[in-house]
Amino acid sequence: MRYLPLTDQDRQDMLVAIGAPDMAALYKDVATEVLLDQPVDLPGVKGELEVEQIISGLAAKNLGSGAAPFFLGAGNYSHHIPAAADHLIQRSEFLTSYTPYQPEVSQGTLQALFEFQTQVAMITGMEIANASLYDGATAAAEAAMMACRITRRNKVILSGGLHPHYAEVTATNAKFLTIDIVTNPADPLAQEDFAAQIDDETACVIVQNPGFFGQVRNHSELAVACHNKGALLVVVVTEIVSLGAVLSPGDMEADIVAAEGQSLGNALNFGGPHVGLFAVRRKYLRQMPGRLVGETEDVGGKRGWVLTLSTREQHIRREKATSNICTNSGLCALAFSIHLTLLGEAGFTRLAQLNHATAIALADKLDAVKGVEVINDTFFNEFTLRLNQPAAGVVDALAENDLLAGLPASRLYPSDKALENLLLVAATETVTPTDMDQLVGALEEAL
Amino acid sequence: MEMATGNRALQLEEKLIFEQNSPGMTAVDLPNPAELTNVKSRLGDAARKDPIGLPGLSEPQVVRHYLRLSQKNFAIDGGFYPLGSCTMKHNPRLNEKMARLPGIADIHPLQPKATVQGAYELLDMTAHWLKVLTGMPAVAMSPAAGAHGELCGLMTIRVALEARGDARQRVLVPESAHGTNPASAHMCGYKVEAIPATGQGRVDLQALKKKLGPDVAAIMVTNPNTCGLFENEIIEITQAVHECGGLVYCDGANFNAIVGRVRPGDLGIDAMHLNLHKTFSTPHGGGGPGAGPVVLSEALEAYAPLPYIVHGKDGFDMVEHVADAGNDQPFGRMKGFHGQFGVIVRSLAYMLSMGAEGLRQASSDAVLNANYLMAELSDILTLSYDGPCMHEVLFDDRFLKDTDVTTLDFAKAMIDEGFHPMTMYFPLVVHGALLMEPTETEGKATLDEFIGVIRALAEKAQNGNADDFKAAPIYTPRRRLNETKAARTPVLIYQSEQAAAE
Ligand SMILES: Cc1ncc(COP(=O)(O)O)c(C=O)c1O
Repeated sequence: MRYLPLTDQDRQDMLVAIGAPDMAALYKDVATEVLLDQPVDLPGVKGELEVEQIISGLAAKNLGSGAAPFFLGAGNYSHHIPAAADHLIQRSEFLTSYTPYQPEVSQGTLQALFEFQTQVAMITGMEIANASLYDGATAAAEAAMMACRITRRNKVILSGGLHPHYAEVTATNAKFLTIDIVTNPADPLAQEDFAAQIDDETACVIVQNPGFFGQVRNHSELAVACHNKGALLVVVVTEIVSLGAVLSPGDMEADIVAAEGQSLGNALNFGGPHVGLFAVRRKYLRQMPGRLVGETEDVGGKRGWVLTLSTREQHIRREKATSNICTNSGLCALAFSIHLTLLGEAGFTRLAQLNHATAIALADKLDAVKGVEVINDTFFNEFTLRLNQPAAGVVDALAENDLLAGLPASRLYPSDKALENLLLVAATETVTPTDMDQLVGALEEAL
Repeated sequence: MEMATGNRALQLEEKLIFEQNSPGMTAVDLPNPAELTNVKSRLGDAARKDPIGLPGLSEPQVVRHYLRLSQKNFAIDGGFYPLGSCTMKHNPRLNEKMARLPGIADIHPLQPKATVQGAYELLDMTAHWLKVLTGMPAVAMSPAAGAHGELCGLMTIRVALEARGDARQRVLVPESAHGTNPASAHMCGYKVEAIPATGQGRVDLQALKKKLGPDVAAIMVTNPNTCGLFENEIIEITQAVHECGGLVYCDGANFNAIVGRVRPGDLGIDAMHLNLHKTFSTPHGGGGPGAGPVVLSEALEAYAPLPYIVHGKDGFDMVEHVADAGNDQPFGRMKGFHGQFGVIVRSLAYMLSMGAEGLRQASSDAVLNANYLMAELSDILTLSYDGPCMHEVLFDDRFLKDTDVTTLDFAKAMIDEGFHPMTMYFPLVVHGALLMEPTETEGKATLDEFIGVIRALAEKAQNGNADDFKAAPIYTPRRRLNETKAARTPVLIYQSEQAAAE
């Protein structure tokens, strides 16, 4: 067994040193009737080659985005990851270290996370950011709970343009707390009016920008409406690249930003692991969930970094903590940060423009197809088509010819018949003119 | 001696990326968007107007930056990392390779189901291994980490109790439990009540029985517990809780001690999370990501969260909505998409590599290594509870009495000797805890070297060299950092001197 360095002789010698006759003596606290005397019924040891063969065999049964024209998004985007980013996160010192609880031997992770926090705050237009949460959906749930703590109110309004998984996760988290979740009906045209909904009980409104159906909005007026009633505005961003081209939540006077950072540095990974970004106004610092890295100095006066304000966290505050989170998405945050550092201002804004231009080109081509209508008045790199028939069947048929056309809205809203013909289509920088022509041709044929 | 550069040979100072800004520079060459379309923006009134202010660096600068940062970290690949409760075992590179395969890393969670049958099969295969290893009939695969698994397990319990018409109010948590336990119970709407420990470092069964009653929803017990001990009365504990109508949650963070040796299902556990980033070798990555699947007993199976895999007539299917759950009553969704697939792939690569015997041997080596540390160190450190221990051994700071050296000082001195410290000040049930978890992936020579160093340091402390300990570490990129200053005047993002001055 290649991962186990002890030899049989070592084991014998160590038992002697311990003064135990055999291993059973070390398991003596386990009642004998539940102590297994032989291995469980599972396969035996395998070499690397055999394991690779098994997992490659499973992989071969999937159709990857690299092997087909690919137009899915809906909170999980296919972007090109620079070679340096994936190489650097596999440096042993980043990959195989724990949470930086011993700062003198963790300055690498700590400095990188301090830079990450700064980058997240900059692109979201907020004052501070934490060192990551699990993903965008759980970040949205944390935002809802945090808004309730800050306002001491318990009504949370979820926009009909919020990703359904984010809405479900938020509702699940609130299930046994005194929080009322009001989930608005799906809003493909982004026309909902919250004015009548926001009242003196409202802790926050959670909107997504660009919305689930791709619409881009300036939520500044909504922020004013929230603030007038003493409520907070939470802005969710599931496509973080959009912030290179779109007004930031901070520009719109949001109070909390809960975002998914997967688009930078992280592969699709079938939906996880991803990286939750969480940024807020500085005045809400003490109610933040998750870890924070802060700057300080060492005894010699040199600048350095530590985990800080941990009195908010579970290991100190236990049931009174702001969240139960412990392990977060450290390495995914590092991948995000390295990718954004590689891009810089020039690359990040150009990447956003490139995504937007690609999506415009595709939308215009698709809009010209008979039986297809682009419903969006605005979008960034993802938009919604209304087909002349249910979208799911069309998508399945195209998949049989190795074309991944997008997401039928019915996959996430199975009971909403009004959405049955809607198809979400994303176009990132990875989409080529040939991919576009294939999609256009396939839809012309199918509809 | 201070060098002119601040560097010391291979220890190189590294500025923040914001201090290396060449405006306009980028390390990613992209085509010009203007060549793709000359149509106007579709961003309506939401187009960004102001620059963001991100720094621009070239690729060589970026690579050097992160390489230099990496060199300031201690990592399991580089040295012994006996961080108790965290299971810092070797992270096989095969796992990384498998997680990056085409068809694994580049698939989307909402692709047509027929195009991701291999992914569903992989989830199903991993679930099978976890169920067999724990002796439990079901597993919820989506939780993102241990704490998230705790919340998942408790919610499952609560929903099952509510289905009986009896949600109950209290969750009992031993004093020695990890902070996530009470925090998770609180997030599930329960009142948390502590159960005291016996002098043997275990749940006090008599005290527990007194606290049990018709309003107790569950106990959260960690087994092996955070003192590194097997709860020898676990069967009596689970029976007592079941008798009063409650359910048993087990924090499975320490499963590494008993894989292939004890099945939690045989102990009367109803729900237990597994930290795949501990027991199943996936890397900790400087804080995450992890995965925290939750195995469930028959009583809870029907209430597991969405989504989950089923065997359909045309291959594997995934249930993503309550309406598709048939007789099951999933309580909701814990996480976006399907959970930590990339972490699950790594854990499967590990389990396949180890096989049934390998996993059993790993646990027994982990236990052997910890008991060896106990045997070789108990005369000089102060052992908190008598052994045998499981995969970790708990000492407290009585051996430092009257030395003016604290557990923290002792830990910092270990750093200068080239070791990562053990977990300090956890669990809270002993004073100045030192919790050492060697794991099975360390050989005897490493342990012997470690034992020698710990003995020498303990003697040194007892011989009155407190000042040396207070000064440690001295060979690290930074010496002791001022945590009070960090907390008192929090600087959480970089501000240029110019901005700070304004
Ligand atoms: C005993 C125990 N329980 C729970 C946890 C929480 O697990 P995670 O960090 O994966 O959320 C930990 C991890 O540190 C632990 O040691």
